[in-house]
Amino acid sequence: MSWADRISPTVRAIPPSGIRRFFDIVAEMKGVVSLGVGEPDFITPWHIRESCVYGLEKGYTSYTSNYGLLELRQEIVRVTERDYQVSYDPRCEALITVGVSEALDLALRAVLSPGDEALVPEPCYVSYKACVTLAGGIPIPVPTRMENQFRVTVDQLEALVTPRTKVLLIGYPNNPTGAIMPKEELLRIAEFAAKHDLIVISDEIYANLTYDAEHTCFASLPGMRDRTILLNGFSKAYAMTGWRIGYALSNPDFISAMTKIHQYTMLCAPITAQVAAVEALRHGEEKMRKMIAEYDCRRRFMLDGLRNMGLTCFEPKGAFYIFPSIKETGLTSLAFAEELLKSEKVALVPGDAFGSSGEGYVRCSYATSMANLAKALERIERFVKKRL
Amino acid sequence: MMRQQLLELLENDAKRPIAELAVMLGKSQQEVADQIKALEEEKIIIKYHTIINWEKTGVDTVTAMIEVKITPQREVGFDALAERIYRFPEVRSVYLMSGAYDLLVMLEGPSLKEIAEFVSTKLATIEGVISTTTHFMLKTYKEAGVIIEDHEEDRRLVVTP
Repeated sequence: MSWADRISPTVRAIPPSGIRRFFDIVAEMKGVVSLGVGEPDFITPWHIRESCVYGLEKGYTSYTSNYGLLELRQEIVRVTERDYQVSYDPRCEALITVGVSEALDLALRAVLSPGDEALVPEPCYVSYKACVTLAGGIPIPVPTRMENQFRVTVDQLEALVTPRTKVLLIGYPNNPTGAIMPKEELLRIAEFAAKHDLIVISDEIYANLTYDAEHTCFASLPGMRDRTILLNGFSKAYAMTGWRIGYALSNPDFISAMTKIHQYTMLCAPITAQVAAVEALRHGEEKMRKMIAEYDCRRRFMLDGLRNMGLTCFEPKGAFYIFPSIKETGLTSLAFAEELLKSEKVALVPGDAFGSSGEGYVRCSYATSMANLAKALERIERFVKKRL
Repeated sequence: MMRQQLLELLENDAKRPIAELAVMLGKSQQEVADQIKALEEEKIIIKYHTIINWEKTGVDTVTAMIEVKITPQREVGFDALAERIYRFPEVRSVYLMSGAYDLLVMLEGPSLKEIAEFVSTKLATIEGVISTTTHFMLKTYKEAGVIIEDHEEDRRLVVTP
């Protein structure tokens, strides 16, 4: 029996992230323009970094409460109430985690029993389905389509819901499609969740990055606050990916269950990063607005460029991704991405890395400079022109 | 709103083509061109400037900040004296300040000696100038919001989820 054979069958059965596989090919090459990066190109604003340095000088180096610094929880609750008119008790309804990734894992482990099903609209962030499986649940993909602007509908959900369905896991604004869900449509989803008594895990990490539209927080919908585990963090809006700070807001029972797992596995999120996150919420608004305005300009620039070269492209209204269809080229997502990389040295991510419904699309991140975007568009155009 | 955004884009990079600006702002090229023209006419956009690191070109220049105390004059206050000073082409900027002195004058010249000469013969001798204090600049770290030698680079991986 080899060591590999001794690995748990659950872990063995999970496919490695499609992004990782592609990363290995890219890592070897030089002169690549990358549209493959799922994080801001901005460095964390200086005042946030400086507050962390100051915190270190002041000796903030200890553990914090399992829940996280109360100061930070209070700020999070304040901002959530201000922006979405939904309120939480910072003492027992908020938990600071190591990125939204941990919060998602905790939420799923806290509520799923073996064999429970979780509805997961696709294409979606690479962790969703794997985390459901690791928590003992069964992910049920709900494919969304470009023709419907990659929004999930009640009809689709009704077709897949079973007596074993316990969770609905949504992530809007969406990575990789850039889709958002307008309030009217979320209201219908809320009705569906109540009807089937589902727990809704709502990953709203891109909430601030919404363009020409307003973000609706799922927990703010009537009757949804206690049914929802609301996840958010600092990585995207405040350009703080490497700090690893996320949070969960929900009813006290869910939060204390999640905290139980968190205290045994993680203890607490790093205090240095929590100190910086407090500063981000207190004084980071203006810098964040500037970054969002810049993303919005790039979003229009990319949409225009991709459409002009003849690709069918849905207008993304959130996050910093654009998800053009490459079906007209006759290539699969992976072949398109690989050939483009080899012949034109542009890295993007094949759509099927985000679920099989992403096949026929590629994810381009516009979290990179305008100069890089212009260069990338020129190269993609040369590549696409030969195949259309 | 578009005005504000347009100004911010141009302040950052005045060489952006109109076609590109139009796409970025979601407006037509004509609208953007008209708006820029209006901003220029209203003197909201005063001039398009280039920030140059002269040190790298081998051209030696000396920059000095001079604190100037003056006596304000009847009716025109500080303005008339300020004008007499800012008309000199050697003078790069002039600001009216609160506090220990009145005018902050930024001078640029080919050498220390020439700046000293300008201050003693031209500036200090103007009627109404009470005193001057000259500070020479040793190094520029940041100019007009731009860090001259920025060591921060993109350290992100090429592909991330």
